[in-house]
Amino acid sequence: MEAIVATAIGILTTCGIFLMLRARTFPVVLGLTLLSYAVNLFLFASGRLMLDAPPLIRAGARYTDPLPQALVLTAIVIGFGMTAYLLMVALRAMAETGDDHVDGREKS
Amino acid sequence: MPETALLPLIVASAFIGCLVPGLLARFGRNMSALGAAGVMASCLALLIPLIPTVLAGKTLLTAYAWLPDYGLNLAFRLDGLGLLFCLLILGIGLLVVLYAYYYLPESDRLGRFYTFLLLFMAAMLGVVLSENLLLLVVFWEVTSISSFLLIAYKRDQRDSRHAARMALAITGGGGLALLAGVLLLGYIAGSYELSVVLAEGERILNHALYAPMLILILLGAFTKSAQFPFHFWLPNAMAAPTPVSAYLHSATMVKAGVFLLARLHPALAGSELWFWLVSGTGAITLVYAAYIAFHRYDLKGLLAYSTISHLGLITLLFGLDTPLSVVAGVFHIINHAIFKASLFMAAGIIDHECGTRDMRQVNGLFKFMPITATLAIVAAASMAGVPLLNGFLSKEMFFTEAVGHPVFEDMSWLLPLFATIAGILAVAYSSRFIHDVFFNGDPIDLPRQPHEPPRWMRAPVEILVVLCLLVGIFPQWSIAPLLGAAASSVLQTPLPAFELAVWHGFNLPFIMSLVALAGGITLYALRQPFFALHDRLPSIHANLVFKRLYEQLMIFAHRVVSWLDNGSLQRYLASFTTFVLALGGWAWYSGPSTLADATYQPADSAAFAALATLMVGALGATLLHRQRFTAILFTSVVGLVVALTFVRFSAPDLALTQLAVEVVTIVLLLLVLHYLPQHSPAEDSGPRLIRDAALAACAGAGLGATAFAMMGTPFETISGFYLAQSVPGGGGSNVVNVILVDFRGFDTLGEITVLAMVGLAAHALLDKLILVAPGHDSDGRPWAKELHPLFLSILMRPLLPLALAVSIFILLRGHNMPGGGFVAGLVTGVALILQYLASGIDFALQRLPRHKAKLLALGLLLAAATGAASWLFGYPYLTSTHGHIALPLIGEIELASVMVFDLGVYIVVVTTVLMVLAQLGRLSRHNEESA
Repeated sequence: MEAIVATAIGILTTCGIFLMLRARTFPVVLGLTLLSYAVNLFLFASGRLMLDAPPLIRAGARYTDPLPQALVLTAIVIGFGMTAYLLMVALRAMAETGDDHVDGREKS
Repeated sequence: MPETALLPLIVASAFIGCLVPGLLARFGRNMSALGAAGVMASCLALLIPLIPTVLAGKTLLTAYAWLPDYGLNLAFRLDGLGLLFCLLILGIGLLVVLYAYYYLPESDRLGRFYTFLLLFMAAMLGVVLSENLLLLVVFWEVTSISSFLLIAYKRDQRDSRHAARMALAITGGGGLALLAGVLLLGYIAGSYELSVVLAEGERILNHALYAPMLILILLGAFTKSAQFPFHFWLPNAMAAPTPVSAYLHSATMVKAGVFLLARLHPALAGSELWFWLVSGTGAITLVYAAYIAFHRYDLKGLLAYSTISHLGLITLLFGLDTPLSVVAGVFHIINHAIFKASLFMAAGIIDHECGTRDMRQVNGLFKFMPITATLAIVAAASMAGVPLLNGFLSKEMFFTEAVGHPVFEDMSWLLPLFATIAGILAVAYSSRFIHDVFFNGDPIDLPRQPHEPPRWMRAPVEILVVLCLLVGIFPQWSIAPLLGAAASSVLQTPLPAFELAVWHGFNLPFIMSLVALAGGITLYALRQPFFALHDRLPSIHANLVFKRLYEQLMIFAHRVVSWLDNGSLQRYLASFTTFVLALGGWAWYSGPSTLADATYQPADSAAFAALATLMVGALGATLLHRQRFTAILFTSVVGLVVALTFVRFSAPDLALTQLAVEVVTIVLLLLVLHYLPQHSPAEDSGPRLIRDAALAACAGAGLGATAFAMMGTPFETISGFYLAQSVPGGGGSNVVNVILVDFRGFDTLGEITVLAMVGLAAHALLDKLILVAPGHDSDGRPWAKELHPLFLSILMRPLLPLALAVSIFILLRGHNMPGGGFVAGLVTGVALILQYLASGIDFALQRLPRHKAKLLALGLLLAAATGAASWLFGYPYLTSTHGHIALPLIGEIELASVMVFDLGVYIVVVTTVLMVLAQLGRLSRHNEESA
């Protein structure tokens, strides 16, 4: 099971970083989104993978580690904020330079 | 109040007092000068009650913890040396305040000048009163910065700015070396408190790190005190107004370096290295600077080089390292401060009255300003070491030490000869100052007709010259107690027997004095051949060397910057990834490689299916990223699989949040894509694609492998506390939510603040922005005219109240069941987005609060105020409380104060989504209007 999650993290990271290295704003935002998934999964995995053990207190239950979950929850929301922000910066850059190159010019 | 409490008060009132002249400047220059003098006088008034105690040989100590873990304390110390320097700083400071009032032009309100001067004075007081070495370094840096401001006072002049930059580069650089040295010293001695360090002399001398430590500290002292080869900043600093020169280069700034030598003498001195480094540097500086001073035409230039030379003498005296030479060094600090301050002021008067200070023009001034001339002649004679003046006494002590110094047994003639040569040169340049300026024919082409200066402009010079005479004629009565206290606190041992007297009998030192006087006057009389010879010598200007180095450094820096920072995001990200990969690879290579005790759970077919879906999504988005719309769809697949992963592995809250975020993000991406090109051009070259793919694959493999290793390794969680305390302490059974709003509530407060900033940034970035979307898609098909399909809008309207009800339900139950403010906020956001999609932005905006920024503030305030409310009950910030309330119909519910906090979170999330949406919607409305 762990190998599958690790593979997923690796693939998401690879795709995310490759897209972030592209020259246009839109793929960079997509890449960042993919990389966020990878990082969130990684953080989540640091609490180990447990089946049927949600951290909801009830009699006689076992619980997974709640702390990484709390961290990842805020990370998801902040990641959304960052994506939104980047998209707006991309729009603004488009308006200012008439182009969507990340460096504000056609070819580096 | 105990006496020691006055020490921090002196420094504090000086620093606070900086503001006084600046604030008073609006009432005119008189008020600003009075303010500056008042601040100095009150510092002096605080110091005076302590004088008897210190003269009696006691050391006053006081300390307040600042960063005790790092050894940095607000610790102050007043002993004889500190008292001596405080008196010099404050006494000469007062005279400079008076002098500057007349020297600087009437049009100058003086607020800025006195503020800088007081700031500098405060820092100097801090340096001499510090007990903690780190604190001393802090004040030391403040002197560098404030002297930079003072030297650059005439900021419209290129010279001033250049000189100030140079002084800052040299003394600031020295300050860094000093910091490193002090850190080493503290490490060796085991403490940064001077009382400890000064008592550890033996251990410090024998420590392996003694040599590097000593060299670093000496670098600091030598740069500050303008010792060869760091001397060149001082003559350039003459670009400052003369009152600044009189203050910085007589009593304060340059004396900080020799102060440090004196202060740390018990800890550092006593080694051969100390002897050769300190006395060698001092000796070279003494003679070299005296020689240059003799050849200067500029009055202030002559004084500047003579200052360097005298500082060399003081350094040499500390380097000789006998008890009496230390006494002589301390004594010369006092004497030089007194006569050099008066000489600078006299030079300023001459400059002020004649309009120039070139000694080839300024001649024969005695008949125009006899009183000033007499004063300056007496001060210059003291500088030359003429009997009955204070300069003579310390010079005589220097000669005595030179004659009897034990190190030069075989060549006992060397040091006396050297001392005599230095004496001859000092007499020569002093004679030149006296004769060239006040006699030597008539003035040549003076810009102004010289006459005596205003009465009170001369007063500071008069006071200082009277001091020269008092100390010179009645040393035992006037200066001995202070000198004794200062010297014994430098030595940290009982004072050696010495006699301060004008007449010691007809001995070798006296003969040397006579030779110096006669030789100096002869040298001056025969100056023309010497000057001619000097002009033929190749000149190596340290100035030019510095300039060359400075330029080279700048070129190098520009190259490095333009190489690293070329404005290409792709390049930054690539180098960043490479660097992180290198770090990771290094850790991998050097770390343990075994995963022996790793245990893993078996996989099942559902997991494989999910992985396959995720791979299709991620790879599809990547490979087809140039078709942007398609890439978005693939990305959304990935998001869904991630949400399912959270469901599978016992994280219902995360799954809910991920799902809600996914919807909002995808809608945002689609909206934004409307205004961006639909396709990315194929512009990256093959090699670049291969390079990027390799980088990305390495990073992916690295992170995946790390995750794999991590998940198999047993670990101990710190979450036991949260699980155990969630219900009794936090009043909720959803531990994740309790952590967010209670245990780690402060983090969450920070996070919603970031979100709020995103909302505000939407406004800042997109307000008034005009972007025209193309009227057709990338294949040339026009967009449908039907903006809002009737079916959709009708269907969506009843959905809004439903969705709102759901989100309130999620919000309220979040404390015990999966849910909470974040999820509820996002669900509301999704519901509003749906309305917007179905019925258009106008419909949606009309039904939404108009003042979104206020709503944002309300949410933040609600969250922050819930935390602050616990103060009212005497608990720390964000302490929660909870209880049970029975409501009719609903029954008993558990109500916790953190629910209000969660409500704040909810409001911020909803408003942020709204603000982003409203701005994007505004863009589309503009397009509809223009269509």
